[in-house]
Amino acid sequence: METLLAKLGTLWPEIVLLMGAVSCLATGLNHSPFARRLTPAVAAASMLVAALLVLIIPDDTVHPLGLDGMGWFVKLAVLGVGLLLLALAAGVPDALMQQRRTDAAVTFDAGTSIKGEFYAFFLLSATGAMLTAGATDLVWLFLALELVSLPTYVMIATTRDTAIAQESAIKYFFLGAMSAAVFLYGFALIYGATGFTDFENIRAAVEADGVNPLLIVGVMMSVLGLCFKVAAVPMHVYAADVYQGAATPVTAFLAYVPKVAGFVALMLVLSLVGWPLPTPVLALLAVVAVLTMTLGNLLACVQGNLKRVLAYSSIAQSGYLMLGLIAGPALGADVEAVLTLFGGSRDVSQPIGNGLAAVLFYLPAYGLATIAGFGVLGVLWVDRGENPDPLDDEAQTFDSISGLWHRHPFLAGVLLVSMLSLVGIPPLAGFMGKVLLGSSIVSAPLQTLSYVLLIALVINSAISAAYYLRIIIVAFFGRDAEATHVRPTPLRFAAAAVAAVIAFALGGHLATPVAQSAHEATRHGVVKAPPSELPEPDTAVADAAP
Amino acid sequence: MPDNIAQLIIPLQLFLPVLFAFGLLLPIPALKRRRVAWGYSAVTSSLSFGMSLFVASQFDWSNPGLQLQAEFVWMPAMGLEFSYGLDGISIWLVLLTTFLMPVVVLGSLIEVDHDMRTFHFWLHILEAALIGTFIATDVMMFYACFEFTLIPLFFLIGLFGHANKLKAAMTFFYYTFTGSVLTMAGVIYVAWRYSQIHDGEWTFNIVKLYSVAEHLSFTEQCWIMGAMLAGFAVKTPMFPFHTWLPLAHTEAPTAGSVDLAGLVLKLGPYGLLRLAIPMAPDAAVAFAPYLGAFACVGIVYAALICWVQSDAKKLVAYSSVSHMGFCIIGLFAFDSENIGASGAMLYMLSHGLATGGLFLCIGMLYDRFETRDLRKLGGLATEMPLFSFFFVLFILASVGLPGLNGFVGEFLTMLGTFNSPDGVLGPAFAIVAATGVVLSAIYLLFLTGKLIWGQEKHPGYSRKYNIIAEHGVDPSHLHGLSRREIATLAPLAVMCVVLGVFPQLVLQSLEGDDGPVATLLGPAKALIEYDEDDDASQEDVIAERPSHQEGLGEGASSVDYGLDAEILELNAEHPLRPATPATSPDGVGSAHSVALTKAGGR
Repeated sequence: METLLAKLGTLWPEIVLLMGAVSCLATGLNHSPFARRLTPAVAAASMLVAALLVLIIPDDTVHPLGLDGMGWFVKLAVLGVGLLLLALAAGVPDALMQQRRTDAAVTFDAGTSIKGEFYAFFLLSATGAMLTAGATDLVWLFLALELVSLPTYVMIATTRDTAIAQESAIKYFFLGAMSAAVFLYGFALIYGATGFTDFENIRAAVEADGVNPLLIVGVMMSVLGLCFKVAAVPMHVYAADVYQGAATPVTAFLAYVPKVAGFVALMLVLSLVGWPLPTPVLALLAVVAVLTMTLGNLLACVQGNLKRVLAYSSIAQSGYLMLGLIAGPALGADVEAVLTLFGGSRDVSQPIGNGLAAVLFYLPAYGLATIAGFGVLGVLWVDRGENPDPLDDEAQTFDSISGLWHRHPFLAGVLLVSMLSLVGIPPLAGFMGKVLLGSSIVSAPLQTLSYVLLIALVINSAISAAYYLRIIIVAFFGRDAEATHVRPTPLRFAAAAVAAVIAFALGGHLATPVAQSAHEATRHGVVKAPPSELPEPDTAVADAAP
Repeated sequence: MPDNIAQLIIPLQLFLPVLFAFGLLLPIPALKRRRVAWGYSAVTSSLSFGMSLFVASQFDWSNPGLQLQAEFVWMPAMGLEFSYGLDGISIWLVLLTTFLMPVVVLGSLIEVDHDMRTFHFWLHILEAALIGTFIATDVMMFYACFEFTLIPLFFLIGLFGHANKLKAAMTFFYYTFTGSVLTMAGVIYVAWRYSQIHDGEWTFNIVKLYSVAEHLSFTEQCWIMGAMLAGFAVKTPMFPFHTWLPLAHTEAPTAGSVDLAGLVLKLGPYGLLRLAIPMAPDAAVAFAPYLGAFACVGIVYAALICWVQSDAKKLVAYSSVSHMGFCIIGLFAFDSENIGASGAMLYMLSHGLATGGLFLCIGMLYDRFETRDLRKLGGLATEMPLFSFFFVLFILASVGLPGLNGFVGEFLTMLGTFNSPDGVLGPAFAIVAATGVVLSAIYLLFLTGKLIWGQEKHPGYSRKYNIIAEHGVDPSHLHGLSRREIATLAPLAVMCVVLGVFPQLVLQSLEGDDGPVATLLGPAKALIEYDEDDDASQEDVIAERPSHQEGLGEGASSVDYGLDAEILELNAEHPLRPATPATSPDGVGSAHSVALTKAGGR
């Protein structure tokens, strides 16, 4: 009982968010327009309070898998970027209704008509992501992951009054349910192999009995199922359709929150077996990573719809992030201990080389760039006249951003920063993230595989330049698109701009504290054995010499 | 902490252009007017040049090693520093950058007919990125600036280029970006090996990373060299990776072409000398003959292409490909006196000045006649005598007429190649390269003949030129050039003559036993045996080495001294020791086996 209470004590931010969700329902469904209009503010306030609580409450719990500060880091990442997402979703005032066509005036947009449940679902999903980070038990992990996903199905279906939105919600729901079945099966196998559902005991069992085949199958199933959450091959097929169908601010949400939850869950599940990963898991992840980044990038090149391009880009970025998972906390605490035994001292204070830290760093870096990109799309709307169009008034095609630079240079600038960061051009966040990922994978004791993955990373960066650049080219060099207009939504615009500015800062001075705390969060990750290939450089030379 | 004021000026040179660039974006109505933006840019870029002159005055020319350094902690967590410094090579490149900027600003008043602000914004950003690359002593900072040069050039070409600008901008970006991400992989690999050797401490300091080279196996070095070449050979551009260049040059606005030819191309050889050769010396020596062969093929091939061009700008663009081949053979000559590499660096400067001048001249023609077609232009000597004077001067500088700057660099690279030790490069390469010189004389004089002499013909002054032309452009006045245009070309012409007459100005900061070139080439040259008579196969390699180490930098000798002394003793005991198998006539094998001997000895 006491443990339950103690556990509840660490969950204050989540509790505040839940309370906020309930309040949003109360204000959002109120008959008074004033109260309804207050809903986004209530949501924002609860997120701010939650963020404050995360900062204030000392997190001295010892994580059973050594990822001590990860919960703290992820919660802040979700709340901070979540505020931007909220601003993106809430930016459209009611006044906009009058500017639209009559039939469009009855459509339902997250912002255009204040509906409390949208914000409630928003907060619930964010709570789910935060709970995922704090999970110490497989059951908890499963429930948290479901809490991330379930609200998003509703968010997709209700925020756009087009058939395509309903379609994508249904697709997302069924495929999501299937993926949940897959990773739940994996969790069950892990339970079957070890006899426990809580991480501490599973870890103890693994340390005592070693890794058995059943556990490996369980972990592999879980990884496959979680691939859905992060939109990785082979569970990526939904992404393009769903991203295209959802309203743009919701798409931005889908591209970030479930992905964070998915990668955190992957980190936890992989920590159960520890690094270096058992060969089957390693092989699975390596194949998934390379396929994901390559397919994502190649398919993005041939898309004609901007939201689909960004969907495939988000798939490709998941592939990059997988590299960090493969590398693991390469120079973690245990390596330190082992090396001390052998008389060597290894400086592990630098985050560079730590794959998990790279993942934690890259997630917000990617998220901010993506949000800035979707934010620019969200600010624009296209006047399609009387032409009934399944795309309603969203700016989705390359044509709709054509020549953006000439009319809205600031928006074009935000788009430029966002795209360049996603390509990985220095000195932006994406570049720093790729350096961290690349250096972690090269320092992982995987020999040839390390180099293959590093080369896959850089080659894919080159491929990705093709479609990111295409967006820039259209926006800067294209002919002015007459039908595209800017919504009078300063908040949405500000969200995109702030995201771009932070993406810039994350590549510069902000990089150090963020990367450092990501490193602190993961440096004690589970490392099973001393990586045998690491030690004396001279022997390594002798080995490599022809 | 910096104790010399120049140490504080150097980072300002990086940041001020950025600041100036954003100053152009301020919502000041006056800045929207073309001439105001243009004047602003002319003033700010001259200010940058003034700053680099000041830095040059504080530079210790008698000892041109790395100096005026400073390091500021940037991201200790990742081993990243904001660290900079200048040596005899980079100071000249910084000077060239800041010198060319006011010139191209002056020269681009007419051509840029819209959005003057944006144009100068990207020009300033480009300047900052170039300076950043040249002053960086941290490989990440180097790489960041190196990579970032793509963005301003991409916009300069894409927004202000000619008919085919989109394709040119895209080709340029994809081609060079793909190359340079591979370079990034190589850099990360070297940094990781450093961390392995130094108990997990990561650094990206270039000088510290040099120390990794001796721990790398030959295979590793080959991979690193390959990765570096992917970025730098594309940028240089070295045949057969040159195909992006003619397109980018032809479609770029004049300022873009001048910066591309004069500055951005220099990043390639500079990167090779600064990073690739010291970090992978064994591979550099082993690759030298192949790179030399490619460079020689490129010299001749591009020269032949030039011969059949009818577009004057394309002709000059291909001539850049041909001329940059000389830089490559000079860099990889590894001759005992470092003549080749010093010549290559000097040639880079010369090429920047002469080709920059040619591009400016052709830009002026295009301003007037809106064509660069050699079939439509001709006999301009009567119509534009002053223009013809400058044009012929730059042509001759480019051909390599003694007394002008092109000659010294070209001659030294070929001399270096000729003196290159057996198995690296050699007389054969020099002979092929010399063919290139002859060809370049043919096609450049052919260009001059068509354009300057012969029957006078031109399609008439364009409407645009008449509308926005400045005072005094009446063709009969000032012999066909406006005062602004004279002010654009004259400094370049003066520098061409000065460097041609006093090449020692530059060379003295490159050469010498502890000169920057010797320091950077040291590790690679330590792997090569030098001998006075050409009878390499009969000589005892290792016994000969110490007497020929005058040219080596400190780094190199400190690396090898112990070993050499040991072997000298061995040799003293066996005075009649026969030739070692390491002196096989095939130089690749010998360089490599020496490298292995070294590794074994250690």
